[in-house]
Order: sequence, then structure tokens, then C-alpha cells
Amino acid sequence: MENKSKTGFMLERRAVVHRILRDRGEAAVVTGIGNAVHDVASAGDNEKNMYLAGVMGGAVMVAFGIALGQLERRVLVITGDGELLAGIGSLAIIGVEKPKNLSIIVIDNEAYGATGNQQTHTGRGVDLVGIAKASGISNASLITNPLELEKGIPSFFQDPGPYFSVVKVGTKSSPRINAPKDGTYVSRRFRAAMTGKNF
Amino acid sequence: MAKNFSKDWHWSQDVHRLFKKIKIKQVAYVPDNGLAKLIDLCIANSSIRSVVLTSEEEGVAQMAGAWLGGQRGVLLTQSGGVGNCINMLSMMQECRIPLLAIVSMRGEWGETFPWQVPMGQSTIPALEAAKVIVHQIDIAEGVTETVSAAAKLAFDSNRAVAVVVSQRITQSGVRG
Amino acid sequence: MVQTIRDNWSSEVFYVLKEAKVKQIAYVPDAGHTNLIKKAVSDNEVRAIALTSEQEGVALLAGAWLGGEGGALLMQSSGVGNVINMLGMANECRFPLLMLITMRGEWAEFNPWQVPMGQATENVLSAIGVIVHRANDTSKISETVKAAANLAFEAGRMVAVLIGQRAVGVKDWSK
Repeated sequence: MENKSKTGFMLERRAVVHRILRDRGEAAVVTGIGNAVHDVASAGDNEKNMYLAGVMGGAVMVAFGIALGQLERRVLVITGDGELLAGIGSLAIIGVEKPKNLSIIVIDNEAYGATGNQQTHTGRGVDLVGIAKASGISNASLITNPLELEKGIPSFFQDPGPYFSVVKVGTKSSPRINAPKDGTYVSRRFRAAMTGKNF
Repeated sequence: MAKNFSKDWHWSQDVHRLFKKIKIKQVAYVPDNGLAKLIDLCIANSSIRSVVLTSEEEGVAQMAGAWLGGQRGVLLTQSGGVGNCINMLSMMQECRIPLLAIVSMRGEWGETFPWQVPMGQSTIPALEAAKVIVHQIDIAEGVTETVSAAAKLAFDSNRAVAVVVSQRITQSGVRG
Repeated sequence: MVQTIRDNWSSEVFYVLKEAKVKQIAYVPDAGHTNLIKKAVSDNEVRAIALTSEQEGVALLAGAWLGGEGGALLMQSSGVGNVINMLGMANECRFPLLMLITMRGEWAEFNPWQVPMGQATENVLSAIGVIVHRANDTSKISETVKAAANLAFEAGRMVAVLIGQRAVGVKDWSK
């Protein structure tokens, strides 16, 4: 059984995330665990980033909770395929609740980056775009090259949501940086940026 | 079993040999640094069916199925994953179905990543509250003996047993 | 089967939640919470969200707080077993959290499968740092929820109110 992932996709994850965030404006960003934290933080630490650095499966639901209280603001999830799969039921909720200001971007390298690049289920035939559509998220797309990325980015921020996209990237992991890891500090800072209060 | 603790020795080799000896046929896991070598050995072994999960509670359910279908299995997880399993573990309790789990600890010894600490500190109390018998081991040379004892308690005495492998052994998350 | 679920407490509890400015109520459908869920679903000022599994609610309410809103999670004791890892996140970030939990497996329980998790609920919650309040008497439920909401939102803690099975009522399958 082939265990180590080697995708031949041309897009590179860090460049993809930096390109997406260039257009973020006032959007809030919730990251999944592992690579996603470093990709987002390396574009520049931002008080509107919530780095969910420590637990699998919660990123979409955290973002949804924020989105409900921040109706005038776009909320973006940037996460990996493994993290999303660990909380895959959340797509059913998004498909039913249809939050207009939520966009979910899955950076899919078909591997568990933080534990040795073992292949995930998406590298073995599981289609997350298909799951999103079947969950009721009709605006769901696959991005595999720079042209599709450029065409897709305006939708992340402007289309009435929920929006869902899988961006396939190569397995090359980008360097870890010192992303803030104190969850209490990051969450207080984020909430203050959203509401002006931190408690 | 090898008692030669040469510099190439790793406890996962002996545990893997034990798995073969006691006829473990199914291994369920979520990828984890602390148990990576053991996982790789199981994957490379064609007489073991290794199944990668999306979330750890799936593995608890699979282990129940393994026993119901007449096979022995092992669940490999990190301490964080234990927190996802507590409800599914009711099944082991209610039906007296054996479970053998190996849990690699985070948030316990020299941890450099704060997010691991809450779940790490809760792992053993949570397991015990779910009526899983816990065997802790914190020296590499003792791991196989502990897994062997746990397997007997699990499969011969029909209990849910977790071998909790200390972060001191795996050194996972103890950078810097 | 006749359900003699006693529920003279859900109206008071709903009022308490609204007074505490709860705007998001997450739930997995549960007999004991039937009336409270109905009220949440039909109320225009509150967003009621049905979950596929309880840990989604912990994450959702973390997000609610991050975005400036208060929330509450309604579930049964069996669901507690699904949330422990996600509660680690709430613990780590000091997220306020309010959970209302109807108990099974402790009083006149007819379904043996409910007993393990019912008996473990309080211990596993405490193990991950949740403060546990008990309300075994229908007359005390809403005042306990009010105290818990204060502790959660004013003192920034994770708090669970365990509503005793004796208070929720007994399902009688023989009738």
C-alpha cells in the first residue's frame, strides 16, 4: 500500500495562501491545524487571524460561529484536507444553514503534513468538492492551476456564500515559522478586533 | 524477543513482532509522530490490515467490529485523539468487548506546544472515567512487556485496556 | 409508550438564556430538550443550529464568542463523550462556554447502553476543566442555568449544567 503522498500538482501551498490573503481586506481568517497555521501566519500575522493550532475537525464550525455574529464581514476558513475530514459532518450543517459570508478553502496536498506526509483519503479517491456539493453547498469548485486560482479568488470574497473550494497543491511543506501559539492571546486579540471588547 | 538494545534498536520493532506473535490482524490509526515507526512497520506487514481513520472514534468502533468478527485489533492514537473516543468507548463497557489501544502522550513531558497540554493532562482521567484500564510506561525498554500484559488483559480477560506511552519515550513535541 | 417528560422548566430556562444575551443555540435533537429546542427554533432573535455531532457545537460556540455573540449548547449525556477533545481547545484558549446537559443512565434508566456514559459524564467533564453544576430538582433548573451563564460569560469559564434524569422525567415503555 502506497503510504507516502507524492502529488504532482503544480500549485505550491504557501504561494497559494499568500496570493489569497493579498485580497483579504477586512475578512477574518480561521486556520486549521499544522501547515495552514504557518502558511497564513507567514503572510503576516494579523489580529483577524484565529489560528486553531491544536485540534482537528473544528475549523469550519468555529468560522460559522464567527460568521453569524459578524454578518457584514467575510469569514474565510483556510484548512487542510485531513482537518476537514475529521469534522466532515460540519459540511452538512453549512449546506443546511447556508451562511452567506462564509468561504471554506481547503489546501489539499493529499497528505498529513504534521506527522510525516502520510497519504490522506483525498489522495486515495475521496472527492471533497463532491461531498460539499452533496451536502448542499452548490458553489463548490476544484482549483488545480494558477489560472483557475486567479479566476476563483474574487469568488472567495464576493460571491454570496457558502463558498467551498479545494485547491490541490504539491506535497512540498513550507518552512515552519514562529506563528503565535498562545491560544488565549490569539483569541482575545481576535475578539477585540471583531467587537472592540476582549472579554 | 530481542533483548539487544543496540543503537539501531527501537521499541516499535519488538512491539510489531509481538503483534505478529499474538495474531493482531487489524490496526487502526490516525497518523502520529510518536507512533510513526510502529505504524510504518504495520503498514509494511501484509498479514496486518492497517486502516487510516479520519477521526479516532472510528477506530474504537472498528476494534469492536474486529472482535465481533473473530479477529484481534489494536488502536493506535495520540493522547488528543482519546478525547474523541469517550462516547464510543461506552460500547466496550456496555458489551464487554475487548479493546487494546496504544496511546502516545503529548502535553505531559517536556511539551513545547501549549495546545497539547489540556488534552494531555486529561487523557488518563478521561480513559478511567470511561472504564478503560490504563497501563503507563515511561521507559522504552518496558514498552513491549507492557503491551504484552495489556493484550492478555484485553483479549483473555475481555477488558478495555490502554497502554499509555510517555512523551519521555517518544520525545514527540519536545523540540528546543 | 407514554412519555411523562416533565417540562415546566424550559420556558424559564429560555428566558434566562435570552436575558444572558444568548444568540446562538446549538443542539443535537434530544427528548429531554424538546421544548427548549422548539422555543429556540421558533424565536426570531435566536439562531438555532442543528448539529450532526456534539463537538461541532463546542467549536461553533467558540466561534460565536470570537465573533462577539453568546451561545449555549444543548445535549444529552451521551454526547458529552464526543466533545472532550474539542473542549481541550476551549480550555486552551479560555473560551467561555455554557452547556445544558440532560442526564441519562442514572435514574430509572431503561436503556443499558446509556449507563456507561451517564455515569462517566461528570468525571470526564471535570477532567478537561469544565465546572459542573447539578440541577436534580425542576424548581432549581432555571436558577442554576442563570448562575452557570454568569460564570460562563461574566467570569469566562466553561460550565455545564447537568439536568438530572429524575427532573427530566421518565419514559415509560410499558404503556
